[in-house]
Amino acid sequence: MLSGTVVVAASFAYLLVLFAVAWYGDRRAEQGRSIIANPWTYAMSLAVYCTAWTYFGSVGRAASGGVWFLPIYLGPTLAMSLSWVVLLKMIRISRTYRITSIADFIASRYGKSHLLGGLVTIIAVVGMVPYIALQLKAISSGYSVLTGSDNSGVFPFAAASWFNDGTLYVALTLALFTVLFGARHLDAAERHEGMVAAIAFESVVKLLAFLIVGGFVTWSVYEGFDDIFARAFADPELAALLSLRTASSAGYGGWFALTLLAMLSVIFLPRQFQVTVVENVNEQHLRRATWLFPGYLLLINIFVLPIALGGLLYFGRGTVDPDTFVLSLPLAHGESALALLAFIGGLSAATGMVIVETIAVSTMVCNDLVMPLLLSTERFKRSDHPDLTGLLLGIRRGAIVVVLLLGYLYFRLAGEAYALVSIGLISFAAVAQFAPAMLGGMYWRGGTREGALAGLLAGFVVWAYTLMLPSVAKSGWLDRAFLDQGLFGFDYLRPEQLFGLAGLDSISHALFWSLTANIACYVLVSLARVPTGQEATQATLFVDVFSRGQDAPATFWRGSAQVQDLQPLVARFLGAERARRMFESYARERGVASIAELKPDAGLVQFAETQLAGAIGSASARVMVSSVVQEEPLGLDEVMDILDEASQVRAYSHELEEKSQALEAATAELRAANERLQELDRLKDDFMSSVTHELRTPLTSIRAFSEMLLDDPRIDLKDRKRFLGIIVSETERLTRLVNQVLDMAKIESGHAEWHNTDIDMRELVAHAVETTEQLFRDRGALLELDLPDSAPRLRADRDRLLQVLLNLISNAAKFVPTDAGVARVRLTCDVGQVRVDVTDNGPGIAPEQLGVIFEKFRQGGDERSRPQGTGLGLPISRQIVEHFGGRLWVQSRPGEGATFSFVLPLSPEAGNGPDRAMT
Amino acid sequence: MAKKILIADDEQNIVISLEFLMKREGYEVSIASDGDEAARRIRSEKPDLVLLDVMMPKKSGFEVCQEVKSNPELQSVRILMLTAKGRDTEVAKGLALGADAYMTKPFSTKELVERVRSMLAEH
Repeated sequence: MLSGTVVVAASFAYLLVLFAVAWYGDRRAEQGRSIIANPWTYAMSLAVYCTAWTYFGSVGRAASGGVWFLPIYLGPTLAMSLSWVVLLKMIRISRTYRITSIADFIASRYGKSHLLGGLVTIIAVVGMVPYIALQLKAISSGYSVLTGSDNSGVFPFAAASWFNDGTLYVALTLALFTVLFGARHLDAAERHEGMVAAIAFESVVKLLAFLIVGGFVTWSVYEGFDDIFARAFADPELAALLSLRTASSAGYGGWFALTLLAMLSVIFLPRQFQVTVVENVNEQHLRRATWLFPGYLLLINIFVLPIALGGLLYFGRGTVDPDTFVLSLPLAHGESALALLAFIGGLSAATGMVIVETIAVSTMVCNDLVMPLLLSTERFKRSDHPDLTGLLLGIRRGAIVVVLLLGYLYFRLAGEAYALVSIGLISFAAVAQFAPAMLGGMYWRGGTREGALAGLLAGFVVWAYTLMLPSVAKSGWLDRAFLDQGLFGFDYLRPEQLFGLAGLDSISHALFWSLTANIACYVLVSLARVPTGQEATQATLFVDVFSRGQDAPATFWRGSAQVQDLQPLVARFLGAERARRMFESYARERGVASIAELKPDAGLVQFAETQLAGAIGSASARVMVSSVVQEEPLGLDEVMDILDEASQVRAYSHELEEKSQALEAATAELRAANERLQELDRLKDDFMSSVTHELRTPLTSIRAFSEMLLDDPRIDLKDRKRFLGIIVSETERLTRLVNQVLDMAKIESGHAEWHNTDIDMRELVAHAVETTEQLFRDRGALLELDLPDSAPRLRADRDRLLQVLLNLISNAAKFVPTDAGVARVRLTCDVGQVRVDVTDNGPGIAPEQLGVIFEKFRQGGDERSRPQGTGLGLPISRQIVEHFGGRLWVQSRPGEGATFSFVLPLSPEAGNGPDRAMT
Repeated sequence: MAKKILIADDEQNIVISLEFLMKREGYEVSIASDGDEAARRIRSEKPDLVLLDVMMPKKSGFEVCQEVKSNPELQSVRILMLTAKGRDTEVAKGLALGADAYMTKPFSTKELVERVRSMLAEH
């Protein structure tokens, strides 16, 4: 046991350290060297999710329900990994429109409605008070366990008299602390760097403390995980805890409901909204947090089961409250210092939650509850008070104290009824009511103010009836009769079996009915009427925040406002000096020299309103601004026009972007086309150069011999005849060349004429062989012909095909060896095609030559004995064959002759043509 | 003693005409029908002048020319390049490789004979 003085002194020392951290954080922020501007601090601050409830309650929950404590952590893990886009959108919206709380978010989205903001605030306060009570309860029971001030065990701290109750002083100390942390000065962005630093620090402290206690229990009290679990399995009751069957005693529905509840809570709890959204420094940090935060949750859960089982094994069932195992186990083993550390860990979990939650709730109370009431008094609207910053701070501080005292009150009244975890779940279920209006507001344009009001109200009422009232009744403050018999004795109105829905645990049951009522009312009432101009404006701003984000927001406002009116207005709430600085920097942004030169346009009004919104909430800011400007309200049609215009502008810029992309693509295409043209040009040059060479060569002989004959009359007759013969043959060569070049050009350019007829390939091949037989005879070579019995007819140009055959056969004739030459022409008919092979026993073609012989002017063969040819025969043949849809290719190995083959597809009319029909 | 001339060209008819012209001028003529043979004959026969076609199989006229000009023993061999490719770059390339003169096909027989005569007279 520890003395009360030691515990109190240690607690205060810890709070002082915390304050030092916060002070340092604030100081660094003022110097512009933020210590919280990194993803780790951000993720640690998110861990404010783990409150004293986690710290003490999970163990209690594990002790009674086994792995039933898990959904509370599965939920956030799922939420962070699945819905970080939702969080990102919330952050972007809140930053863009200076939204500083959930109440403000919902109020602003549905047309800057005071009524909605107020309702959300009330739900938040009512929902959070039990949760705050829970923290107080944790601290006080922890204190009593530590000091042993009351032997009766569980809730001893509550003394008979209020003034003697230590818990009251805990509450007041925390209130003082929260005021010091969170409400020292006003900030338009409502950001508290020091507080975030302190919260992150607390997250580390509670994690370390819990891990150390867990380690102590696991390895010092017992001999590791194996030992604890082995012992637990040896005990049938404990073994039952570890089976999933126990855990699912509430049904899988219970698991689902609890996980869903935790998912919604980690997004919509006021304190989570505060640290995740309002205190976010950089959107990028969210990415890292999506795995860091779940990692944190994993770590802090490792020892939950070991501590719970260890406690049950050590103390036995029903002797010591499992919620206090974290403290009582070290104490029972005489480790006072460790117990004190564990208490400090719990204290940091509790204080962290209380500080952030009350700051968040006090912002709501001030901006969405008190300010609207003040604004409704005429006297206040007129600027009798030039500076209201003091008043605003006063309201917030008051709200903090009141919320904490309410928490204390709840603790006194109802704290005895439930174990820690159940109180927390009641709060979670209240917060879940925000989900439809929040999510709908971010993704659905159709939601209206009435819809949101109806949904929230319905959900809240059902929540209160099915969860809150029973909890109060179970504490004995209400007649329990309605619990068992239903309201007014109507059986189907029993709050925990509403409309006869039984078989669910109370939380799942309440969640089911409240969310059903909430969503149904939200959607149906929203659909009942078209959104007003103001609603449509806000809907567009919220839903399209990402597509609008970077540009100046579209302004849905018409009227006139003078900077002389607006600046004092902002000054009233934010202080004169601050307001002047803001307007000056706005003027600089707008590129004008001084505040006086600012144009009284919609942008200016929007600027002033946004600045005010940060301090007093968007709805109040709207009211205040409209009190000093002359404005013409916009109807829905006009808003739609503006929206149209904006979307047209977007469409234009989109179109422009597309066009410039198209232009780029066209440029690239042109460049490619140009390169192709240059390539073609180069090919043409090569072709021309080749043609020139081929033309000049015969011309050279012709000219030389002609000149010789002309100059020298004494040349004898024999030489004369020989020279003239050469001239004639070179002239023929020249003619052939010119014809072939023209032929080639015609085919390539598509101007060639094709006279298609039905062709009998047998007859054609035979004819070609006959024509060329003389060539082979001249060289003493043999030409063999191999024809099938019949061949289908083929529709093609007969002369062209003959040209191909003659080219291939005469090539063979040129290359077969003199006197031992053999060439073979073979026609075969495959399915749907005919094939011709021309094989020779010439020198063959070197592998590197195989590809080039089909290029123009590239003659193959051994050049020394290269026969006369233009170098165009094969290219032309290939063009012809390909024109009829066939292929021409060569197979050869040096020294083994060559086989030139082509196939031609039978065209349909050739297959079943009229000729065949006649036979 | 008659000057020795080597005619290197793969076009049979052009060789016939050149051979006739050179013999009529009283030169001793030998013939090569590809680049390899041309290089071989130049080394072994050391002709006074080579009528060297550029587009020849196996070894182009340019390669043969380069080989000859880089061989100190063959310093006295004159080279007159003949080409059917009339581009300026071809002429420049030939001269850069050390050819002594250059003529494009089809050439005037008179000019060719004149040029051969003057090239041989220089020594």
